[in-house]
Amino acid sequence: MSAPVTGRRARRARRPRAVWLGWLFAAPAIVMYGTFVLRPLLLTVQYSLYDWNGIGPSTWVGLDNYRRLLTDSELFATIVHAFELIVFFSFVPVLLGLFVAATIRNIAASRLATVARTVLFLPQVIPLVAAGIMWSWLLSSTGLANELLSAVGLDSITRAWLGEFDTALPAVGVIGAWVLVGLCTLLLLAGMSKIDPALYEAARLDGAGPIREFFSITLPSLRQEIGVCVTVTVIAALASFDIVYIATQGGPGNSTMVPGLEIYYLAFSEREVGMASALAVALVLLVLAVVLPIQRLTRDGSR
Amino acid sequence: MIATRRETLIGRLLLVLLMAITIVPFISLFVTALHPSGTYPSGLSWPDSPQWGNFLDAFRAANMGKLLLSSSLIVLGVVPASLLFGTLAGFAFGHLRMPGHRIGFLVFVLGLTLPFEGIITPLYYQVRDMGLLNTRWAIILPLIGLFMPFSVIWMRAHFVTMPDDLSEAARIDGASTWQLFWRVHVPLAMPALSSLAILLFLWTWNQFLLAIVLVDDPAKRTMAGALGAFQGQWGTDIPLLCAGALLILVPTLTVFLIFQRRFVAALLQGSIKG
Repeated sequence: MSAPVTGRRARRARRPRAVWLGWLFAAPAIVMYGTFVLRPLLLTVQYSLYDWNGIGPSTWVGLDNYRRLLTDSELFATIVHAFELIVFFSFVPVLLGLFVAATIRNIAASRLATVARTVLFLPQVIPLVAAGIMWSWLLSSTGLANELLSAVGLDSITRAWLGEFDTALPAVGVIGAWVLVGLCTLLLLAGMSKIDPALYEAARLDGAGPIREFFSITLPSLRQEIGVCVTVTVIAALASFDIVYIATQGGPGNSTMVPGLEIYYLAFSEREVGMASALAVALVLLVLAVVLPIQRLTRDGSR
Repeated sequence: MIATRRETLIGRLLLVLLMAITIVPFISLFVTALHPSGTYPSGLSWPDSPQWGNFLDAFRAANMGKLLLSSSLIVLGVVPASLLFGTLAGFAFGHLRMPGHRIGFLVFVLGLTLPFEGIITPLYYQVRDMGLLNTRWAIILPLIGLFMPFSVIWMRAHFVTMPDDLSEAARIDGASTWQLFWRVHVPLAMPALSSLAILLFLWTWNQFLLAIVLVDDPAKRTMAGALGAFQGQWGTDIPLLCAGALLILVPTLTVFLIFQRRFVAALLQGSIKG
């Protein structure tokens, strides 16, 4: 904190031998990352240009796998499903989180809020697999969800939520929303606690109500936190695997098949390694294409 | 701060409601686990005679002792190595700033959003060719690689805030770069390191995809991977499945409740930096 600009002097003072030494420090990380991430990533791109069953000889097919991805309705549907999941994994937790955080902002320091901090984090700590098992049971035909619906006289809409074509994907989405809403709420609440309280007092004195307050002060100050929430949740939606694998295995039919699960099936049960790799490349690019603009939009703020 | 009574009350109610929604699935799991094995209990009903023995049965059926050992071994393989490698590289990119450090760091940043599914197919063949399939190394080594982007970025973020004066003073005292790292900077990095350790522990323990693809034997998997196998085997016996799921949650929940303050702080920071 004391002396601000000594960087240049320090660098000049360094012995020349030490200049390249940094790469030696970085070497273990680079080796592990290169061997187990970058190499497989490049191989994914290579595999995606071949037709290969994983055992026999492979045939060069150029971009055929990608063409099939765009024309085969079943494969393309997985990507559509991933985007539908964004509504539940991302929009619901962020909007609900904003609403809850704004409402409880005043009591953020109370004992209740301290307890809530622990409780709301529970879904983040448990394996997604466990969340999937819990909710498969809650949403089954004799589960708690249906019991609650019957209790309020909605017998007519009770059903096996994860087992029917129309409701399976939204039901999977609900599981994701449950996992992520606590994280979003607490992240946004942490962001709100950094806002200068004087702003709110000034607004109150000017006669602003809670709603005006929210749109004029809270929302603009939370740009970065909202960006973080959206980024994390969108990645969770596009790359979802664990929850779907446990809750529906992609069924009924293919109504909840997502790219991650389809890659797994294609590569390890249907032995279409080339096609699986093309879908994997598409997924990686899709995540980047969605996340980079969000980062750009939210990081350029005043902070 | 000016706040009306009514707003505070609504806030409290909302918070309690949200907590209830978070907790109820856990309670449902617990209550169901106490029903006689093989039945299909309805909703939240308390059983006439709670079957505490279900937990024992699930413990035996899931081979819990072995699973705990296996997960612990995997965590011991992944976390210390990831911390060490991540800190070394974070120190290099954040403090030593050797020629080309920007490009090197950028390569790690690019890996941050990579979904594991994106590389799982070639990874399987690579691990097989290395002769590691169905061993714990098949999970440990790739996970270290996959955790590198986050670990390096996390530790670099710490090291860029360290003043250069500190290093200069140490160098005048005759410290080599290694001594500077190990004696001066690592002790100062402990808060950042411990948060990272918590996150890595959690992500390793809960890792599912690598476990089911690369290791067939549930007894050599992570907890989450083993739970997947347990569901496959006992999926029709709801109370036993619930008991098993609950047992598998106990270790993480215990660690979470002990270190909860650290956990919450680490997870919040983790998402911001990630």
